[in-house]
Amino acid sequence: MWPHGIRPKFFARPDSRSPDRARLPDVSLKPFEEIVAEHGPTVLRVCRAVLGPVEAEDAWSETFLAALRAYPDLRPNSNVEAWLVTIAHRKAIDQHRIRVRVPVPTGTLPEQPTDCAEPRMRDTDLWNALRALPLKQRQAVAYHHIAGMPYAEVARIVGNSEDASRRAAADGIKTLRRIYGEGASR
Amino acid sequence: MSTDNLFTALSEDDQEANDRLHARLVATAVAEGLLDVAYRTLDTPVGSLLLAATDRGLVRVAFARQDHEEVLARLSAEVSPRVLAAPDRLDTVARQIEEYFDGSRTIFDLPLDFRLSRGFRREVLARLPDIGYGRTASYAAVAKAAGSPKAVRAVGTACATNPLPLVVPCHRVVRSDGSLGAYVGGAEAKEVLLGLETAA
Repeated sequence: MWPHGIRPKFFARPDSRSPDRARLPDVSLKPFEEIVAEHGPTVLRVCRAVLGPVEAEDAWSETFLAALRAYPDLRPNSNVEAWLVTIAHRKAIDQHRIRVRVPVPTGTLPEQPTDCAEPRMRDTDLWNALRALPLKQRQAVAYHHIAGMPYAEVARIVGNSEDASRRAAADGIKTLRRIYGEGASR
Repeated sequence: MSTDNLFTALSEDDQEANDRLHARLVATAVAEGLLDVAYRTLDTPVGSLLLAATDRGLVRVAFARQDHEEVLARLSAEVSPRVLAAPDRLDTVARQIEEYFDGSRTIFDLPLDFRLSRGFRREVLARLPDIGYGRTASYAAVAKAAGSPKAVRAVGTACATNPLPLVVPCHRVVRSDGSLGAYVGGAEAKEVLLGLETAA
């Protein structure tokens, strides 16, 4: 059927429905439950830092639902945390757009306390301080200092340069230290 | 105020929120048809059992000695990686197994998903519920009932690879000489199950 009796490479793949059982665990995706257990807490902290404690839960939920939907198509051995933070970033942007129609970063502390109704959120001061940061700084702090991503990766997600991300994180941390430090020393 | 305190505060875990969000994820996943495999574990007199279900029914029961983590990895590879711990989805299964162990249930009435078993093995498993509660049958007798009297070994393999032990009663298949023979849950578990059934 094929010239020279050789099947084109494209067709040479063995039937994907009868995979080599012994090698399955190496090449296939982990149960999604493990993804939630391993990365759920970090993604929640990231969402909280970017959005605050209340909206964070909606963003987290949308992130993991979207991730669950797309998961079977994720290439094995992908950097799952970077993948999740990228999704969370987009969801947080959506949330942020809903919340702040005109996003003008002021760099000053909001007058009224946050509606931080979460009983487990012990550190209201910290969330107040984070709220005072411009969005870009909050993102850089969250992705680098909380998710532990290198600045190159942070830059890829937020769409700026590595230097800009590094600066945004440094500025953010500086402000946080000042505001949070004042709050915590009361 | 040190930077350390700041980062400690930033990295604080909130188990209550994690649990709440997990429950919310399961609920929305079910609503959106994205939960392909739901599972839970159940403590029983034969140890911790892993119970997993698809939308078609119970798809997997596994003993602790079979390594629950490994079993979940296989489910992820062979059924779908959309696997979540969702105990509520297995309430009926868990209740019937509990009733079985307290002696008040002799027949399981559950939708079963046999997708993990194929061909002759599946034929064999389909015959097993014919062996009633408290009775046993030899591997040879089961081979004969499945229409292949010479396939005694294959019956052994079918039992050894039964994805739904306990519920599909491969523990009732014993050797022709009357000895119990092997069991996926271990010989001791087989003894416990048969003892439970004859005592009732």
